Amino acid sequence: MAKVIVVTSGKGGVGKTTSAAAISTGLAQRGHRTVVIDFDVGLRNLDLVMGVERRVVFDFVNVINDGIRLNQALIKDKRVDNLFILPTSQTRDKDALTREGVERVMEELRAEFDYIICDSPAGIEKGAQMALYFADEAIVVTNPEISSVRDSDRILGLLHSRSRRAELGLDPIRAHLLLTRYDLDRVQRGDMLKLEDVVDILAIPVLGVIPNDPMVLHCSNLGLPVILERKSRAGEAYRDAVARLLGEQVEMRFVKPERRGLLDWLVRRSA
Amino acid sequence: MRLLEFFRLLRGSRSAETAKQRLQVLVALDRSGAAGPDFLPLLQKELVEVIRKYVEVEERQVKVELERGADFSVLEINVELPTSRLLKRAAV
Repeated sequence: MAKVIVVTSGKGGVGKTTSAAAISTGLAQRGHRTVVIDFDVGLRNLDLVMGVERRVVFDFVNVINDGIRLNQALIKDKRVDNLFILPTSQTRDKDALTREGVERVMEELRAEFDYIICDSPAGIEKGAQMALYFADEAIVVTNPEISSVRDSDRILGLLHSRSRRAELGLDPIRAHLLLTRYDLDRVQRGDMLKLEDVVDILAIPVLGVIPNDPMVLHCSNLGLPVILERKSRAGEAYRDAVARLLGEQVEMRFVKPERRGLLDWLVRRSA
Repeated sequence: MRLLEFFRLLRGSRSAETAKQRLQVLVALDRSGAAGPDFLPLLQKELVEVIRKYVEVEERQVKVELERGADFSVLEINVELPTSRLLKRAAV
C-alpha cells in the first residue's frame, strides 16, 4: 500500500527541498520504490537539488493538463535504483494544479510506488494546500528559530483541517518534526531554541534532527542529495530519519555534545 | 577579541529562553483564532457612530488598541472628547 508523505513547513528556506531529496533518496536506497514530486509550480528546484535538471522534458503540469503520459515525465535517478523524480513546470503558476488532476496522478502513482514524497512550496496558499491534501503523513521541516516554529504550527493546523483525511473524517495525517540547521554550540550557549523547546510547542514526535553542516550547500551545488555523501553529518542524520520513518528505533544523534579531544577543542576555538 | 568571546560564552545571552516564551504566547493565540482581531476596524467604526450620537468626534479621536498577553488580552479604547464640544452639548 503506497504511502503519500508531504514535506512541508510554511516558512521558506528552511530546507524542504533538501529534505525531500534526501529522504526520498534514502527510502529508495533502502529498497522502496519511491517517487518525489515537486509541487512548487513556477519555482522549480527539486530537479536542481537532485541533479537531474538537464533531463527534464515533460513535467507534472503537462501530465495534468496536456495529455502527456506519466511515464514520459518521470525521471529515473541514475545513482539510486527505485528512485524517480517528477519535476514541475517553471513557466506556469499554481493554478495549473487542479485537485482532480493531482488526484488522477496520485492514483496512478499509488499503483506503482511504495512512497510518494510531495515537496511542498512555502506558504499556506493553494500550492502548499495542494501538496498536503492527499498526504497520509507529513514531515514538518522546522528551523530552531521563532518564525519557523510559528509557521510550522500554522501548517499543522492546515494538515488537520484542509487535508483529504480531515475532510473525509479518516485518521488524521501523522505529522513528524524534522528539525534542521541545528547548531549544538549555539543551543548550549542558550542562543538557539533547543529540540525540547520546539517539541514542547509543536507537540509532535521527532523524526530527526539535522545538524547545521556545510556539506548541505556543497552537495546542493553538485546536485547530489546530501544523504549520498558518506562524510556528511547531515547525511548521517537523514539516514537515521529515514530509518525512523520506516519504524526503526534509532537513538537521536547530534543533540548532545560529542566527546572531543583537547586538540579538537583548540582547533575549533581558533577556527 | 577571543577573550571577549570567552566571557560572553561564560555569561551566555540566553536569548533562546526569551524566544521560547514569546513563541508560547504567540502559538497559543494563533491556535485560539484570536490572533487576528479582524473585528477591530469595524468595532472602531461602530464605536465612532455610537459616540457621535452624543458628542461630535472625529474618527481619529477614537483609538482602539489591543495588548496581547499569555492569559488574557486587554482591549483599550480611548476617546478624546474636546471640552468645548461637551460644553456646547450641555448648553443645548
